[in-house]
Amino acid sequence: MNIEQALEIVSETNPGMVRSHNEDSVGHEDSCGLVVLADGMGGYNAGEVASGIAVSVISTEIKHRLQNISPIEREGSRGEELGVVLLRENVQKANASIYHAAQSQPQYAGMGTTVVAGLFYDNRVAAAHVGDSRMYRLRGEEFVSITRDHSLLQEQIDSGMISPEDARRSQNKNLVTRAVGIEPEVEAEVHVHEVQVGDIYLLCSDGLNDMVEDEDIGGTLQMLQANLPLAASQLVQMANDNGGRDNVSVILVKVKGEFAVPRGWLAKLLSWFKK
Amino acid sequence: MAAKLILSMDGVVLKEYALNKERMTIGRKSHNDVVIDNLAVSGEHAAIVTILNDSFLEDLDSTNGVAVNGEQIKKHFLQNNDVIEIGKYKLKYLNDQQGQATAADFEKTMVLRGPIGGTKPAAKAGEDTTSFMKTQVNVTPPPSQTAATGKFEAIGAEKPAAGQEPRGEETGKHAAAAAAPAAVTGGAPPATVQILTGPSTGKELELVKNLTTLGKPGLQVAVITRRPHGYFITHVEGAKFPVVNGEPLDEHPHQLNDHDIIELAGVKMEFYFKT
Repeated sequence: MNIEQALEIVSETNPGMVRSHNEDSVGHEDSCGLVVLADGMGGYNAGEVASGIAVSVISTEIKHRLQNISPIEREGSRGEELGVVLLRENVQKANASIYHAAQSQPQYAGMGTTVVAGLFYDNRVAAAHVGDSRMYRLRGEEFVSITRDHSLLQEQIDSGMISPEDARRSQNKNLVTRAVGIEPEVEAEVHVHEVQVGDIYLLCSDGLNDMVEDEDIGGTLQMLQANLPLAASQLVQMANDNGGRDNVSVILVKVKGEFAVPRGWLAKLLSWFKK
Repeated sequence: MAAKLILSMDGVVLKEYALNKERMTIGRKSHNDVVIDNLAVSGEHAAIVTILNDSFLEDLDSTNGVAVNGEQIKKHFLQNNDVIEIGKYKLKYLNDQQGQATAADFEKTMVLRGPIGGTKPAAKAGEDTTSFMKTQVNVTPPPSQTAATGKFEAIGAEKPAAGQEPRGEETGKHAAAAAAPAAVTGGAPPATVQILTGPSTGKELELVKNLTTLGKPGLQVAVITRRPHGYFITHVEGAKFPVVNGEPLDEHPHQLNDHDIIELAGVKMEFYFKT
């Protein structure tokens, strides 16, 4: 099955109930199995600018590169798969664009954005993130976050200072320790996960997981998995019904079939010709 | 802005202390930040560590222990209005963020990072934070690079003015915020769906959850969502759409009224509010 047939992708973004601006951006390139979500920050419209740059740089660059090369090719001295390298390099590229815009235009000073991106290929997903936007996976009944926030609160949880239950009451929720566009360089955290048919992946901004408990998010996905667009709008609605204090964005990816990259001699020969 | 402690005995206020240090100690000896000269109090009795807006109370192996709101504790994440009891003395913890700052101060996402090229002086607070993590928790400092430098600098990339517009119900909003994720129960009064035809005739289905699905998976499924302002039915899957009072639905949510008749997968049922 090709990637476009194997995945169903829907997205939704909403300013929430309190803010007039939507500083989140979402994008997906169904033809190459790529999803990107960013939650921007910065005064006036700088947050939108930062998240918009991140989504467009990462989407267009990766789509362009994958037109004539397979994501399972090994590249570079570390022998990493191209899929992983592309995510890491293009988060860095987005970082440079945002950083330079912020340096050169006073109204954009200090702008930045979180990013979470997933590249699906060869029955796997490479998940990259910077900041506190998350990727979750629903597999059967199990709903887990497969990214770990780059935030002060997560560090406090990791060091045992604060329990995950207490963390919900913390006043330090909005402090990220890593963001795209704030410093000249940024390192995206990238992990590759095996994908199973039936899995549903959720990418979201903190406007969702701050307003709705993980348990309710997972339950909703499980209940409405037959209708992905409805599930997406239901999640946004739940965040808004609970107060909608921040912009809320979701991308849902449902794995409908296998999408292994052909590895036979013929495939190799064809890809050799394409070069 | 800073949280404070109010020391009292037998209902008489003795002194007020601002929690303006990273770590404040409470004890009988004169070098403590909060000195309680009473033999029931240990030399160094307890400590309060404050990280940005969160404060943690810790019993320093005192002879007579520390209670918060009547319960003995070793370590406790302080919440506004907590009462700390040490012997006959009471310390009330006040962290009334709501009353003292605008909503935007809390909502904005900020980035914690080290100073660029080490040109700026190290933030004192940050050093203390790191040393706290080392000494109090007995773990290695968090793995992130920012923490490893031991120098935090909070730079605010403020979210736009959207959330800053003066709002009368600011306090209420924050109160809601604290309880938000769990507080979905309010709003719509309890309601039930009763089956009117078929083998389960007479069976009642109480709509106690935010989402209740009805129907046969694969054939026809609808979901009833409970929202603050009522109950809504939406088509989830199947070629046929649910019929309410003889009218088929479209793909949009439809608000249910008392005694509406729903037809779904060949079964008739009645929606009504429990009074």
